[in-house]
Amino acid sequence: MTTIAERPQAPRRRRHPLRPAWEEEPTPLGRAAKAVVLALVVLAVAFPLYVVVLTSLSPQEAITRAGGLVTVPDGFSLAAYEEILSGGVVTRSVLVSTGLTLFGTLFSTTLTVLAAYGLSRRGSFAHRPLLFAVLLTFLFGPGLIPTYLTVQTFGLLDTYASLVLPTAVAAFNLVVMRSFFMSIPQELTDSARIDGAGEFRILTSLVLPLSKAVTAVIALFYGVGYWNAFFNAFLYLSDNDKWPLQLVLRTYALEGIPIPGAGPIDSVAGGPLPTLAVKMAVVVLAVLPVLFVYPFVQRHFTKGVIVGAVKG
Amino acid sequence: MTIHADEPRAESGQVVGPREPVPPPSRAALRRADRRRRFRRDWPLLVMVAPTILVLAAFHYLPLLGNVIAFQDYSPFVGILESPIIGLANFERLFGDPDFWRATGNTLGITAFQLVFYFPVPIVLALLINSLLSARLKLFIQSVVYLPHFFSWVLVITLFQQMLGGAGVVNNFLRQNDLGAFDVMTNPDTFILLVTAEGIWKDAGWGMIIFLAALSTVNADLYEAAAVDGASRWRRLWHVTLPALVPVIVLLLIMRLGDALSVGFEQFLLQRGAVGVNASEVLDTYVYYEGVVNGDFAYAGAAGLFKGVVGLLLVLGANKVAHLLGQPGVYSRS
Repeated sequence: MTTIAERPQAPRRRRHPLRPAWEEEPTPLGRAAKAVVLALVVLAVAFPLYVVVLTSLSPQEAITRAGGLVTVPDGFSLAAYEEILSGGVVTRSVLVSTGLTLFGTLFSTTLTVLAAYGLSRRGSFAHRPLLFAVLLTFLFGPGLIPTYLTVQTFGLLDTYASLVLPTAVAAFNLVVMRSFFMSIPQELTDSARIDGAGEFRILTSLVLPLSKAVTAVIALFYGVGYWNAFFNAFLYLSDNDKWPLQLVLRTYALEGIPIPGAGPIDSVAGGPLPTLAVKMAVVVLAVLPVLFVYPFVQRHFTKGVIVGAVKG
Repeated sequence: MTIHADEPRAESGQVVGPREPVPPPSRAALRRADRRRRFRRDWPLLVMVAPTILVLAAFHYLPLLGNVIAFQDYSPFVGILESPIIGLANFERLFGDPDFWRATGNTLGITAFQLVFYFPVPIVLALLINSLLSARLKLFIQSVVYLPHFFSWVLVITLFQQMLGGAGVVNNFLRQNDLGAFDVMTNPDTFILLVTAEGIWKDAGWGMIIFLAALSTVNADLYEAAAVDGASRWRRLWHVTLPALVPVIVLLLIMRLGDALSVGFEQFLLQRGAVGVNASEVLDTYVYYEGVVNGDFAYAGAAGLFKGVVGLLLVLGANKVAHLLGQPGVYSRS
């Protein structure tokens, strides 16, 4: 004869420690549905990248065997990378893109930080009309044709300056940066001023060290913009010797044709159509820097962007 | 009045002689002096802003003036300053051109389609991720879904082509299992679906950030109170979570409506060859091909100006509607 107390209990699921006491347990069906949806979301991003990287590292026989992209690891070969990095068009475009990204990011971030600080003091001389001039660029763009004609008039067609100057400062980044600077207590900068520091000194030794996170995020935004630069290069550079990587990616990987007049992919071999492995290797080159920098900056997103954007 | 107060009073009998009344400095003079003082104090700040203002002046405000070519018979050989003004002739030609209306129709169609099928995705995604309890899992999924935002359009379209294209992974799989093949990368009829899917893949995760931020500001006590009052999960979602999101949703809707005529350039330029002009020509690509490719700068300038002005009116109008609905909108009335 067993009492109620002695009756074996049905095994209860352990409650999640973070689930508040008043909240009911989710149904098994709901739990499963959520897991499936989220797994699919993650796979949708990860699977294409996995297949592309795998194919770029596979020997030609494996690609032939698979009849296209390789989904199951089958041999290993760096031939595609050797081909594109042996000094041909792709190598040159990688160098162009790297230089453009480094220089452009430095230039844009510097301008943005300086201007954001210059506009961040309440009641400073003429800050209102200047800020208005910056914000207006947000609301109304000049349009493609007048911009093109301006770049042409300045004699910037077919120069790298045309990829940097027209888009050098993004109003959004400036506003985010400015609102972050404004959240720094003014007593801090005032005391530095009393100690005799000039504005530039205050910016470099006081404000910037406090704003590392937001600066990193803004620099990432600009950097990614320059690395991905396609439109301006497409518009302003007719000389395909100057092409950055994204334009080469388009002709080789998306359209699968050799670049007219630019010589073979590999300066040694003839000019065959790019093989699938070569195409995928170019794709990997185009993603690699983003994948490499991203984890270091990603953790600042919330801190940097949301603080700035919500306040602004 | 001050002069009276300063005058020696007759009743007191203490007249010490005539005193020069000192007029106080006028308000304008005070302001001038204050401005001078502030300029002396703040000029280093102005020096810091100067490079940015110069860049914006040269590559934003100067081209803005360059929009006069829309009213000119522009010739590249004489330049903007010398080309004759011809009034609205370019616009008359523009509005009589069926290609222009086709591009406008495509643009508006894509905007409308994306408002229905793209716009809710980041919201749902944010709700889903916000409901996760494990902070580590949350962060992991967030990092993964943000990532494609940092890929270029060329890369995104190449990846789509390698997955869904004629020789892509999916079609390969279907063929190997004798299930037939399908064609989305070159089919003009399903182009709008393809464009939206690419957009979702690239940017829905990123679009989620702002909704996550809004969700993080909701007071957790409200949920508890609602639960104690007997509100179910769905009830709590409807009465506590969604009201917190409404201002952000309205704001983003306004911004999207204001951009109704811009659906992006690269995505359409890159796929124009594969799906054909009829389905993929949008206003941005139309301006590019008419202007830069065909060299008809004034005509394309008119199309671009039309797009810009209508876009601006749409933002202002949508913001007005938001105010009428009692929402803060993009900028407040002040």
